[in-house]
Amino acid sequence: MKKIMGAGPLREIVMPIFQMAIFVVGAGVLCSVIMMILAVLCRGSGADHLLQSTQGVGIFTYTVSNLPQVLIDGMTIGFVYAAIALGYTMVYGVLQFINFAHSEIFAIGAFAGVESLIALNTAGKLAGVGAMGTYTYFGLALLIGMAAAGGMAVFVERVAYRPLRNSPKLVPLISAIGVSFALQDIIRLTESLTTGQFFRVIPTFGNFDNRIPLFSFSGKPIEITVKSFVVIVIAVAMLVALNYLVKATKVGKAIRAVSQDQNTAALMGIGVNGIISLCFLVGGALGGAAGVLWGLKFTRIDPFVGFVPGIKAFAAAVLGGIGNLTGALLGGIVLGMIESFAGAYLGIFTQGAFGAEYKDMLAYLILILVIIFRPHGLLGENIGQKA
Amino acid sequence: MIKQIQHVYRQLFEFVNKGKNPYFFSIGLIVVGSLAVYSSPQSIPGFLLFLFAASSIYWLKMNRAIQLALAVFVAVILIPILGARNVFYLEVIFQIAVFSALALGLNIVVGFSGLLNFGYMAFYAVGAYLWGFFGSQQPYLLHSTVTTVTKGVPFFMAPDWWYLFIFIGVIIAAIAGLILGLPVLRVRGDYLAIITLAFGETIRQLANNLDKPWNFTNGPQGITPIQRPTMPGGVLTMFNNVFGGIVGHPITVNQAYNILFYIVALLVVISVIIVTYRLDDSKVGRAWTAVREDELSAGAMGINANKLKLGAFFVGASFAGAMGVLFAASRTFVSPETFTFLQSVGVLTMVILGGLGSITGVIVGATLVTLLNIQVLQSFSLYLGQLRQSDAAFLGFHWKNLSNQIDPAKYQRLIFGIVLVIMMIYRPSGILPAARRQRELKGAGEGEGDEAKGAERG
Repeated sequence: MKKIMGAGPLREIVMPIFQMAIFVVGAGVLCSVIMMILAVLCRGSGADHLLQSTQGVGIFTYTVSNLPQVLIDGMTIGFVYAAIALGYTMVYGVLQFINFAHSEIFAIGAFAGVESLIALNTAGKLAGVGAMGTYTYFGLALLIGMAAAGGMAVFVERVAYRPLRNSPKLVPLISAIGVSFALQDIIRLTESLTTGQFFRVIPTFGNFDNRIPLFSFSGKPIEITVKSFVVIVIAVAMLVALNYLVKATKVGKAIRAVSQDQNTAALMGIGVNGIISLCFLVGGALGGAAGVLWGLKFTRIDPFVGFVPGIKAFAAAVLGGIGNLTGALLGGIVLGMIESFAGAYLGIFTQGAFGAEYKDMLAYLILILVIIFRPHGLLGENIGQKA
Repeated sequence: MIKQIQHVYRQLFEFVNKGKNPYFFSIGLIVVGSLAVYSSPQSIPGFLLFLFAASSIYWLKMNRAIQLALAVFVAVILIPILGARNVFYLEVIFQIAVFSALALGLNIVVGFSGLLNFGYMAFYAVGAYLWGFFGSQQPYLLHSTVTTVTKGVPFFMAPDWWYLFIFIGVIIAAIAGLILGLPVLRVRGDYLAIITLAFGETIRQLANNLDKPWNFTNGPQGITPIQRPTMPGGVLTMFNNVFGGIVGHPITVNQAYNILFYIVALLVVISVIIVTYRLDDSKVGRAWTAVREDELSAGAMGINANKLKLGAFFVGASFAGAMGVLFAASRTFVSPETFTFLQSVGVLTMVILGGLGSITGVIVGATLVTLLNIQVLQSFSLYLGQLRQSDAAFLGFHWKNLSNQIDPAKYQRLIFGIVLVIMMIYRPSGILPAARRQRELKGAGEGEGDEAKGAERG
């Protein structure tokens, strides 16, 4: 029995869910506690008085009563970052190379998914569709997005990275920047040629905008929109599937072998090029799915949609320890939480002097600080100085 | 095929450089080019011919003194006159000068010392905002909200402080370079590249958001008007008296300013070239190369790699600071939009296209990309627009059916991107590789040397 089922496979499904739960709870609790301490310290300050006069609540009450909503938002966006970050981390794991074009792979996924939903909408399939149909069609769009993004990632690897595999390290990075720029304009060109505009809006259908009441907290109902819920569920499912693929299958063993030592792996009969392509395929597909989820959550996408989430996801991957799958998860969740907290509270605590517009910068600062002071991230082993 | 072309080219080059030939060719080319630009100020081929003629002074083997005299004549007399006839060319040449200086600065960081920098525009922004802040009414508007109404507010400084601020810009940008350079003490390679990217974006975001709590940058609106230095009295009338007859019409104050900024930009570029040239040939330059190729061995030879890398950031950033101050005054306007990641990668494209570490190459790269950006693509767009208006058809395709969205001027990213990828795959050392790097790569035994050699052969 143990041979067939093994402790391994099942463990690889349960463990990551358990880990994610710990990460979410841990990051959430930590951020909340820090925020509450800050709120206590800020009692009697100008921000407190401002809140008292405008909303009639003290700063501590305000902070606490907003916490659950902020946590839910942070968790949603954090899982999306984690899904993108896994793409960076998988490629980095096997090639020690930052796939800068991953943010555009994400954008291609978003466009493929949203375009297919728009096509379904114009075909009249989405109007008044039931719950079953809604999720079938959305699942279809998700698959199309994943296929397009994964395919593009493999293509890019074949054309722009493989010829440079043995070059000095900065050469493929420059090539990746080039690919990233070229892809942005290719998306823009295709979109504006076929539709006359270069941004797209996801059609409203199904019950995605409904709110599920969760519980009531200090007199306020805490709700989660259906689409946030969908985003979380799909992201978690993908992360678990990826974890299973890498840690419990034969292919996953090959991936890990290639990431440790390409030459030795080749001697053991592993097709290194195939495995690298597979990493790009899987990472790209995850990025593409994240793109479709992004489109669902933020409704509007344009060809440059990938740039900022791409950098943030990279920051998340570095924060967790690049090359480490669990680290990417942790980094994504932590970054999502921090960003959500900054967006919600920064403006209030500084009386509008610094607002939510600084949350992008926060991610850059985290990236800079982590790289300088802990380049191996929270979970990664010491990668040493790789030139 | 390529061999034959090379052979013909070599013979041509030898013939042109035989005896007194280069003098005839160079002067002849300059005369023909000037006449072409003078007689038809709108023609692009004429302008390209003129640029080719001007560059022939450099390519042809002539007496140093005569070369210098010719260069000064072209730069100080010919270009202002021709530029006054058609201001657009002066603008193109001004931009070429600005981007040459930027590319040379980036070349020190990327080409000489091998540290990839994706946030180079940040230093340019530092310089531009430095004069943008002190050279406008902004210091008096610190406590007001974002505004475009600035009537009645006095300027903070007399406009002629600008000349001093070029030097202050150098210092401040160099300090910013040091600050950005601090991570090199701990990280290398691709991580460093990403840090510089984050730094560049941070500076842009700061420029975008520092309108609260104090209004330093006027937010996304940007700062305007920014003062230009005062035009020395009598210069305008003098220029008109001496050259008015040749130009064909009296020049306006704005045109005189264009010429002034062109001259200052030229001075800055020349000093940048001299500094770069001297650095490349010095102990520091060789140490940079050593650190770039192998930091460990360089350290074993007693080279302090950290100090040198910081130095590279310091020097590289300073050039951009000077150009930033110049740019702010010449545009009388700065906004965060000028300093995007796209622009940083644009400058990187110039360096890589021209040849990492090669001074001539980098200038050629800057010229090509700038021409492509503001002249070739624009006129191609115009041409397509005209085709759309016409009834012409090509192979049964009616041009008026061409989508309005096909507008080459808007697709810089595509071009930069493809140029970067192609250069990396087929010619990583650029179109005019640095002599030293070429020697190194040819002598290298294995590893990256082989790669580059293979790429050069292909």
